[in-house]
This record gives sequence, structure tokens and C-alpha cells, in this order.
Amino acid sequence: MAVEFDLIVIGSGPGGYVAAIRASQLGQKVAIVERESLGGICLNWGCIPTKALLKSGEKFESLSHLKEYGLSASGAAFDFDAIIQRSRGVAATMSKGITFLMKKNKIEVIEGSAKLEKGAAAPKVVIDLKAGGSRTVEAKAVMLAVGARARAIPQIGLEADGDRIWAYREALAPKTMPASIIVIGSGAIGIEFGSFYRALGAEVTVVEAIDRIMPVEDEEVSKAAQKSFEKRGIKFRLGCKVTKVAKAGKGVQVAIETAGKAETLEAEVCISAVGITANTDGIGLEALGVNMDRGHITIDGHCATNVKGLYAIGDCAGAPWLAHKASHEGIHAAEYIAGYKTPNVVSPIAGCTYAQPQVASVGITEQGAREARREVKIGRFPFRVNGKAVAAGEVDGFVKVIFDAKTGALIGAHMIGHEVTEMIQGYVTAITMEATEEDIHGIVYPHPTMSEAMHEAALDAYGRTIHL
Amino acid sequence: MTDILMPALSPTMEEGVLAKWHVKVGDVVKAGDVIAEIETDKATMEVEAVDEGTITDILVAEGAEGVKVNTPIARLAEEGGSAAPAPKVAEPAKAETPKAEAATAPAETPKAAAPTPAAAAPAAKSGERVFASPLARRLAKDAGLDIATLKGSGPHGRIVRSDVEAAGKGGARPAAAPATATSGIETRKVQSLADMGIPDGSYDLIPLDGMKKAVARRMVGAVQNVPHFPLFIDVEIDALLAARATINALLEKSGVKVSVNDFVIKAAAMALKAVPEANASYSPEGIALHHNADIAMAVAIDGGLITPIIFKAETKSLSQIAVESKDLAKRAREKKLKPEEFQGGTFSVSNLGMFGIKAFSSIINEPQGAIMSVGAGEQRPVVKNGQLTVATVMTVTVTCDHRVVDGATGARFLQAFKPLIEDPVTMLA
Repeated sequence: MAVEFDLIVIGSGPGGYVAAIRASQLGQKVAIVERESLGGICLNWGCIPTKALLKSGEKFESLSHLKEYGLSASGAAFDFDAIIQRSRGVAATMSKGITFLMKKNKIEVIEGSAKLEKGAAAPKVVIDLKAGGSRTVEAKAVMLAVGARARAIPQIGLEADGDRIWAYREALAPKTMPASIIVIGSGAIGIEFGSFYRALGAEVTVVEAIDRIMPVEDEEVSKAAQKSFEKRGIKFRLGCKVTKVAKAGKGVQVAIETAGKAETLEAEVCISAVGITANTDGIGLEALGVNMDRGHITIDGHCATNVKGLYAIGDCAGAPWLAHKASHEGIHAAEYIAGYKTPNVVSPIAGCTYAQPQVASVGITEQGAREARREVKIGRFPFRVNGKAVAAGEVDGFVKVIFDAKTGALIGAHMIGHEVTEMIQGYVTAITMEATEEDIHGIVYPHPTMSEAMHEAALDAYGRTIHL
Repeated sequence: MTDILMPALSPTMEEGVLAKWHVKVGDVVKAGDVIAEIETDKATMEVEAVDEGTITDILVAEGAEGVKVNTPIARLAEEGGSAAPAPKVAEPAKAETPKAEAATAPAETPKAAAPTPAAAAPAAKSGERVFASPLARRLAKDAGLDIATLKGSGPHGRIVRSDVEAAGKGGARPAAAPATATSGIETRKVQSLADMGIPDGSYDLIPLDGMKKAVARRMVGAVQNVPHFPLFIDVEIDALLAARATINALLEKSGVKVSVNDFVIKAAAMALKAVPEANASYSPEGIALHHNADIAMAVAIDGGLITPIIFKAETKSLSQIAVESKDLAKRAREKKLKPEEFQGGTFSVSNLGMFGIKAFSSIINEPQGAIMSVGAGEQRPVVKNGQLTVATVMTVTVTCDHRVVDGATGARFLQAFKPLIEDPVTMLA
């Protein structure tokens, strides 16, 4: 059978479709296989639609603070269906955009589920077509960008059932607004859903296995975030193990154990946000002998697997499970496959949580530095004394930066507060370009902006802050 | 309490050596008292007290190198002022910024750290810009590695942290006391004299002062970086000597005496104006054709060499050049030159004629495109129209930077230079 393509990308999420476009730009003949909707989870059931919901929640919640700004309004209300519909509409718009991009870049979209079989230059791709029938395609290279799904723990009943027990899909498009919710897991996904439903007035309890929320974040940020969320009425149960999740009447019961003490929580629904499972099963990887590590595909610095012509990027190839990491890998792998030996730019992957308040971070945490026995200089700056934040009435939160004491390299930044997810890229740029404290101190930050706190935090690390 | 800051001896000075303290803690000084000597690459200058008071702290130790301009070097308590506890004196070897700690505040308050002085980009000196990340620059500096010698693996060949770390592990570490500045010089292990078979104790060691280091650095850099070649020409100077005698007789009353070298400077400047391609410097952005002929003249001084400059020599009369060169040479020997008097120049003239040297070729004085070496004027047999006669002949060599001045350009310059010297009246044209 003839080799039809230079590259076949399996999965059209933010890793796959970006890789396909890049490969096409480099003159490659590319096909992309998608079993559901172009754009993958990110556009359809993840990043984008949750941001739509969160914006609705944030705008509604802000109505209760109008007085602080000298404003008043009456009859504030929300239409839950309309909120969900808006979110679905946003996802549909974005997905349509990908359809356009595929056409523009002359990428053949094959709708169906792919499986790999032994091939010559690269594994053969056998597609069970959505429209019926099957099609086998061959290419010089195959890139797996198959992503991940919500992790289920059937042993304790933690498995989305489409009714009372939800994962992100159900939580994104429920039929009715639940009055009470138990969120299991306090990572970005759990916190965002908790934040959204709380904004609309649901009773929200977040259950977390370790003793603080948002476990990947800096401890100080965890504490501040918890305080802010509690102020908004979200309850937390920390350091507890979930032993059983079960439907009970019209609601759900979640059995937990805290320091040996058993307890049962009840709510109308439960949202499972306990991590992800890579979609690496059932696509023929075992037969090909693809090296795996705890369910994820093992790759080298250029995203190549141990099988000739087979590459893997994004969630299916390991942490961090973030869209921008997938896109970056996709671009690098596409260039590598097309024969461009671009330098492997090592940019740190920032994490963003779009709750109220927002949390954004990049690089090492303070406790991470301590564990690694790295000598560091730490600076902090609260938004409370930042002019723009005070004017905007968004004074909660702070910026914290971590420098290597020996070299002055910026190695970590942690932020919590209004729109910090839009600010973190400043530090990402600095770290990627290997800035030292001197460079950041020398940067002129525009005034008045909340970003000035980023400057001040860097100054504070060296005892030079101006406004404290 | 007043901080005495490291002064800038010239507009371009960034750092210097604190060569000597003339005061110690407890000394009472008044305005105008010399308190210290600061040494830059080529000059030593005295620092005077501006205020009166008592020296309470010496913050930078004698001999400290690389002291950045405007860092506090000592503290002065005005009369009646309270003295602060003396902080530690910085190690002479380190160029650390002294911390402004324990000024007046109690120990517990967080100290305001002094601004870190910017690391000088090494590229500025070598002419070629080195693309490297800020962190890579700092790591290289700390490790004593010359960043210009490293290969970059980042975007567009940018040198990044991993490149410096890899070089650090590669065993190509330079000796403990690396040269501070870089000019594309390959870092290499400096062998001790003992390693090379010269036993300790069999010699006296003269420590390297700022000037010695600067000369070493610049000369090594020039030889390694500049593709240079010499051009030789003989010029007859009988007419010049006659003209010189006439001129000096004329100037006798004013006490000015024009030397052969002054003629050479004047003629070189005029020839440079006639062949502007020879009055040029190489830079990565392009060849700089200088508007003026600023002639640097090599002056041997105690412990080294310095090249003060006759600026716009092409516009100056012989007597002006004579007065200026005499003054510059005198002050050079006294180490009283201001940095702006010896920094720059578009062309150099070095003359060893007074030592009887017949011919030599000097090392390019970067970034100048050429340097002229003048030998002794001596009577030699010459053949003119088939007749053997005697003439006073001087061999002049021009060493050229081939990137700027190629053989033909250098030759055209000497062609323009020769008639001016051989018939000095033409310099009046």
C-alpha cells in the first residue's frame, strides 16, 4: 500500500491540531484523525468552555459587590440553561475555527477512531470511520496526540454515572443547577468547578487527600487560596481519604476518613476531579511494543517513542497535563519530523487556575527548593498596596518570586489574585530567556498596572522593594 | 555620615582598582586632602576628600580590583557625627560590591541591598557582539570562563546556561585568576613558571598592575583577532631634516622644537585624509571610516606603554603638534594623563628611531585599522639615476588590519605618505 502522507496526527486537541498545522507549514502532507470534535477536550470539554462558565459566574458574583463601586442594580438573577448554552456555543465556535484552520492548511481530516498496526516506515493507521467502514493509511511518521480523560476509581464507586456522579463533561453541561456539590480533588479542575458553582450559589465542599488545597502550588498560595475560597463560602475537607461514593436517593453520599475517623458527606451531586488517565488503551500500542510508563507513552527529547516513525505528544506522553505543553511539544516534534533540527528551547510550563481568585505559577515552589536544598532568595509583594489593584477593588492576593541565591536566576514565580493568569507569562519569558534579578530589576513596568507587583516582588527578594 | 563613592575618572570609566589608601580609619581629613589613588587601565589618579570629617570606615580594601563607579569606598563622619561600627573590609581579591549594612539601623531591620552593578558585556571590547543569555553571562563570569569562546546552542546560536555548564565541566577551565575582560581570547590554562622549568626564587616577580594587564590583554587580543600584515617603505628625509632646521631656527624664540616624529604625525594625518580607507576601523556592523585623523603616539613610560592622542592632527600645524606631543609625552611619563587623552585614536605612530632600530612592525592597536612603525633615519647608499649616492633614509612600516586595510589600500596610503615626508613643503599645500 502506498504511503499517502508525510505525517498522520492522531487526535486533534491543542497538541495534535497545532502539530498538524506546523507540519503543513513546513511543506508536509498531513492528515489528522479525530473521533469526536476537532479541538479535542481543550476546546470542547475543557479549557475553553470552563472559562465561559467561570466568566458567567464571576460576572454574576460581581453584582453583589456593586455597592463598593457606587453602583446599584436590582433583580440580579441568572438563567442556568443560558449560561450552559453560552459555554457550549463558545466551544462550538472555537471548534469551527479549527475546521477552518485545517482546510486553510490543506490538512485532511479523517473522522473516526484510529488503531495502530505494524508498518514499514511508521506504524499503519487503521481508522474505524465515523461514517462507517474502515480506512487504512500509511505515512512516513505517525504522531499520537490522543490525550487523556478523567480518572475513574471504580473500586470506591468514583466513576461518572451521567446522573449524580459527574466528571468534567457532566459538570460542563448539566440539565439542572445542583443545590449542593461535593468536589473530590482540589487541583485546578476541581477548584474551577467549585468556584463556578459557588458563584451561582451552590453549597460546595471540596475534599482533598493531602493537608492543603491545590497541591502542586506553593504552600503560601495554597493557604491564601483556601482563605479566599472560604470567604466565598466554599468548605474544605483536607487530609481525608474518600472510601466510598454512592448514589443515595436523589443525591450522593461520599464516605471519607479523616485521621482514622469515618464520616459521610451528602450532596446533590459529586464532581470527580482526581486526575487523569491517558487514552493509551485500545489503540494497539502493546502489540507494537511501545514503551510505557504508568499508562503514559515514553518519549525522548524530540517526542519520539521507541518505535520507528512513532511520536507522542501532550497528555498521553506524560505530565504536566496542560494544553500549552502539548502545543509546544507538537510544534517541536513536527519540526523535528520535517527535518528541522531546531534547538530544543526549554521553556518552563506555567500552570493557571481560573477560579476566583486566579492562581498562576511557574517553576519551583519554596518547599520544592527547600527539598532540593537550593539556596534561594524569595520576594513577595501584596496587591493590597498596588495602586491599580486598589483602584480596581481587587486587592486580594500577592506575587511571590524565587531566585537562585547563587546565580540570581529566576527559578519560580507564584501568583494569586485578579487576572494573574494573564501576568504569569512575564515571568515565563524571563525564565525562558534566562533572566537574572538584575534584568528584572531593570525592566520598566508600566504604571499603573497590577504587573508592577511583579517588579516589586523581584525587588523585595533583594531587599529593594519601594512600596513596602 | 557621608559615603565616599568610587569616582569616575572619565565619562566612560566603569570600574577601577583602588590602588592605595592615603588615609586610615580615624584619620581626620579636610576638603582637598588626597585620600586614595585609583588606577584604571592606563592612569592613576588621586581621589580628594570633598568634605571634612573623620574617616570611620574603609569599605574597599587597598588593591581591590574591579571596583564599580559609584560604589561607596569609605565613610566619613562630619565633625561631631557619630561613628558607626566598622564593617568588614572587602577581600582585596574580590570585586564585590560592599554591602551598605549596619549604617545606622539596628541589626534586625532588613538591609537595603545595594544595586548590583551591571556586568559589562564582554562583546563591547572585542568588537563582535556575543549573544548570550543574562544567566549564561553571569555563570561564565563566575566560573572565569570567557563567554566569547563558548558555542551557543540556543535560538540563533545564543549561548544559554547549559552551554556554560557544559564548558565548565569540559576541563577547559582557566586558571584561578582569569583575565577580567575578554576580547575573544581563548581561555587556556596558565602554566606557572615552575611548571615550565624555572624554579621559584630564581627571579623577582613584578606584580601585574592595571596597565600591564591592559597591555597584555589588548596585545594578545589584537594578535589573535586581527589578521595583520606589514608593508615596508623607505623614505628619504634629507629635505625634511633641512626643513626642520629652518623651522626650529624660526621657532627658537618661542622655545618650540619640532621633532622628526612631529613631521611623521603630520604627514601620516594628511595621508590618511588623502586615503580615507586607511583611516578606518573594523566593526561587525561595517567598516567605520573616521572623519578625523586622531593620531595615537606610542610613549614608553615606566612600567609600560601608553598612547596619548593628537586629535584632528590633520588640522594642526607642525608647531601645534610639537607642543602637544611634548606635553602629552611629559604627562604620560608622570602618569597624569586623563583617560580621554589616551582612549580612542584612529591610527597609531610608534617610533623607535632614537634607539637606532632600523625597522620593525608594531601590533595593531584595536580598533584602529593600521599602525605605523618608524625606524631610525640613517645615511644609506642609494642609487639614483644609475649613480650611487648617499641619502638619509628612514624605513617606515605600516601594519594593517586586513579586514579594513588591504595591501593595495595600505600601499596607496604609503604612496601618499612618502612624498609628504620627502618633500615636506607639500604639507603646506
